[in-house]
Amino acid sequence: MAQSPAHGSDHHDHHAAGHHDPQDLKLLGFWIFLVTDVIMFATLFATFIVLRGGTDGNVTGAELLEMNGIIISTFLLLTSSFTSGVAVLAMHQNKIKQMIIWLVITGLLGAGFLYLEVNEFLHLIHEGATLQTSAYWSAFFTLVGTHGVHVTVGLFWMIAIIIQIVRRGLTDDTKGKVTVFSLYWHFLDAVWIFLLSIVYLMEVM
Amino acid sequence: MADHNNAHNSHGGERHEHGSLKSYIIGYIISIVLTIIPLVVVLNDMMGRTATIAVIMVTATLQFLVQLIFFMHVRDGEQPRWNLITLIFGVLILLTVVVGSIWIMGNNSIGMKM
Amino acid sequence: MLDNIKEFASEFFVTGDPLIYGADVSIVLATLGIVFVLTYFKKWGWLWKGWLTTVDHKKIGIMYILAAIVMLFRGGVDAVMMRTQLAFPDLNFLEADHYNQIFTTHGVVMIFFMAMPLMFGLFNIIVPLQIGARDVAFPFLNSLSFWLFFAGAMLFNLSFVIGGSPDAGWLAYPPLSGSQFNPGVGQNFYIWGIQISGIGSLASGINFIVTILKMRAPGMTMMKMPMFTWSVFAASTTIIFAFPILTITLLLLFMDRFFGAHFFTLDGGGNPMMYINLIWMWGHPEVYIVVLPAFGVFSETVATFARKRLFGYASMVFAMVIISIISFFTWAHHFFTMGSGANVNAFFAVTTMIIAIPTGVKIFNWLFTMYKGRITFPTPMMWTIAFIPAFVVGGMTGVMLSVAPADFQFHNSYFLIAHFHQVLIGGVVFGYFAGLYYWWPKMFGFKLNEYLGKWAFWLWNIGFYVCFMPQYLVGLDGMTRRISVFSNPDWQGLNVASTIGAYIMGLAFLFQVAQIGYSIFRHEKDTTGDIWDGRTLEFSIPSPAPEYNFAVIPQVHSRDEWWEEKERRARGEKPWQHGPIEPIHMPKNSAIGPIMGACWFVLGFGLVFHWLWMAIPGLIGVFICMFARSFSAHKAEYYIPVEEIERTEATLRGSV
Repeated sequence: MAQSPAHGSDHHDHHAAGHHDPQDLKLLGFWIFLVTDVIMFATLFATFIVLRGGTDGNVTGAELLEMNGIIISTFLLLTSSFTSGVAVLAMHQNKIKQMIIWLVITGLLGAGFLYLEVNEFLHLIHEGATLQTSAYWSAFFTLVGTHGVHVTVGLFWMIAIIIQIVRRGLTDDTKGKVTVFSLYWHFLDAVWIFLLSIVYLMEVM
Repeated sequence: MADHNNAHNSHGGERHEHGSLKSYIIGYIISIVLTIIPLVVVLNDMMGRTATIAVIMVTATLQFLVQLIFFMHVRDGEQPRWNLITLIFGVLILLTVVVGSIWIMGNNSIGMKM
Repeated sequence: MLDNIKEFASEFFVTGDPLIYGADVSIVLATLGIVFVLTYFKKWGWLWKGWLTTVDHKKIGIMYILAAIVMLFRGGVDAVMMRTQLAFPDLNFLEADHYNQIFTTHGVVMIFFMAMPLMFGLFNIIVPLQIGARDVAFPFLNSLSFWLFFAGAMLFNLSFVIGGSPDAGWLAYPPLSGSQFNPGVGQNFYIWGIQISGIGSLASGINFIVTILKMRAPGMTMMKMPMFTWSVFAASTTIIFAFPILTITLLLLFMDRFFGAHFFTLDGGGNPMMYINLIWMWGHPEVYIVVLPAFGVFSETVATFARKRLFGYASMVFAMVIISIISFFTWAHHFFTMGSGANVNAFFAVTTMIIAIPTGVKIFNWLFTMYKGRITFPTPMMWTIAFIPAFVVGGMTGVMLSVAPADFQFHNSYFLIAHFHQVLIGGVVFGYFAGLYYWWPKMFGFKLNEYLGKWAFWLWNIGFYVCFMPQYLVGLDGMTRRISVFSNPDWQGLNVASTIGAYIMGLAFLFQVAQIGYSIFRHEKDTTGDIWDGRTLEFSIPSPAPEYNFAVIPQVHSRDEWWEEKERRARGEKPWQHGPIEPIHMPKNSAIGPIMGACWFVLGFGLVFHWLWMAIPGLIGVFICMFARSFSAHKAEYYIPVEEIERTEATLRGSV
């Protein structure tokens, strides 16, 4: 597996036959989880695409969506994906302080993204587009909102990981957590690209 | 299996599995470019409907690949690459769900209001 | 105040039906009885430390199987009640509303809370033993999966006495399941009961894939894996791709019901047919998820009891993988009548027919394995042989149904009902029974009584054909599913016959319960760990297996490693080159699994009744559990010292 951190500082018994590197297992397990998450988003995308014409005569996305905020949030998330990668690099060089700084930057960018998303939702609701307005808006809010919930969960998760690293330092275990978290964060950026393309760009074009 | 893993792990340090700052920066720059292209095309109404959709989807897919290769290091790791195999099947099912839904619902007697 | 409570209670509890009052009383009595016995014998600590908090895959597997047997009883009672009503529709044994609830809960319970846990029970107990591992890849996650299943199952079953059962069919098609036509809480129980246990299933799928890919004993390449393990791998792969679709589909239905969204509503631009499209994208793979492990069981039993190598191993693997892939491309055959046009229907008709080919390959391979074998007929083998004609007939009627134009006639008729019961009982249930009988000695260290088992077997089989063969006929004659009364006198006789068959199957189940009860007290002990003269690694260790499974991880050279090893020993060659015994690294028990399950239950219950004051604390509890686990996981391991392993092995084997 990529980035298997088995040469870390934890004492591990490698002599026992049948002893499996737990980080290796977790990385593959988490990767498979991400693929299941891909399918979840696929289902939401399919629903959105099928129901996007179901505006029921109400206000449409083309009328209400504002691209300025979306462009900023796209670059915030893209940059945070990059910084989370840099944090992993720092981790592999055992630069614990640098790693935490990069993680915090990642978190702040993520929080900025969320702030813009909440603002956008409030704006849309103010303009009369809610979950109950039409099938189009139901699908819109659910799809974009599910991604937002993922980002929110990611932020809390990252805080928990930072606390553990401050307490226990960099071990095989905590390194594995950072690795897995960064995978999750890159994944959320990848999903956002398709949200931007299908939900926003194709709507306003 | 275990023996194999151990052998691999002891060499893990020598292999450049974690990517380098350079590869992250390259990935980041390509991503930015691939984000800007469809934005420019869409916001300036540069192309027709079909061509715009094609540009949007192609750049999005390329960017997905960039994330996978430069950030998520999907090419690295031991053989066989179970993560990559799972992902390929996942994408197959993803396409089935999306394209299948569009195809079936689009052919409905009620039809799909696209 | 008192009036308020009374009014609340009359809405909250299901009232008015003597059958339900009877159930209320028996539930309360059974609960009191269990509490009393546990307290009297001071067994609470044993229950908590030995079972509820365990992360041992064998114990988790046993808990799954126990729950599945209870659910089989519940689903079976539902079935018998439905058949009673249909035999004498004029007696009004069940009112129409009640009938709707019962066919809904029968389907849901049998698929989600009987077949799935029975399947996961067998996965849990057998897979690590077959691949020479000490546990699954993620033992804590495994415990959590069980508790999510259990929380979901209990939440769903609660609807029987609290709030009212769902009544929109086992797949809850909107708009009938939407809030407009179904304003009660029954469908909410449906959504959250299945959602919670479905998340557990998803986690189990991931767990077993990683276990199989990463934890096989040295030397066991993928193509040397036992066939049951292959079937688990194929089923788990199907789970991880199919269950996310279910999760989202149920979420969307919940959004419609809870927030008034318009995904599947008739107004607001929604489209109920999208639900049908999505639910079958999960639903079709789901039937292959439950049947593939049954195929795996048959592949094990047929080789063991024919005392031959499995015929066509590679083609078996190939067939299984092909089935699990194609199962994702056939879903629209469940709604040929929806009106998506000839092109769509033709495509899905062809894919459906194609999937019969690998299934046929497997049938022939089992037959060729038996050919010229020295076959013995203990109960696991009897179930295996009974499976073949049952599944062939069920499969052939399936091919009939796949012909899209003809399906317009068969659709939603009793012909369909007979078809899927034939493949689900003849395939899945027979398969899991074969597996239960086959591995029972491995789980508990004794064999089930064969005499009672044979009675159960014959009653099951006779009842099965008496019940479902008439349904094909009555279906072709035009009787549709989900009706509690009918006026056509021609159908009366066939329905009575079918009901007799159902009662015979009910009797057969009682024989099985009696068989288990009797065998607990009088049984043949499995002293060797290899009571069937088996072929795979699970039979190389004592029964029941010690907590660490293998004192020394075996080195695998060939497919039927244990069989080859016995041959080598018989030729006087040196036994396995066992390494020295070393301290074994084991996961500690964890209370977070059951506590998190309880939090999910609270969350689900709150959402069912739209009580946010209850749901939000439940959700917070779930997150607290996650963080608690994240912060404590690195301390949750210990080592079993060498002396203890040597002592255990000496006791279990007599000598090492």
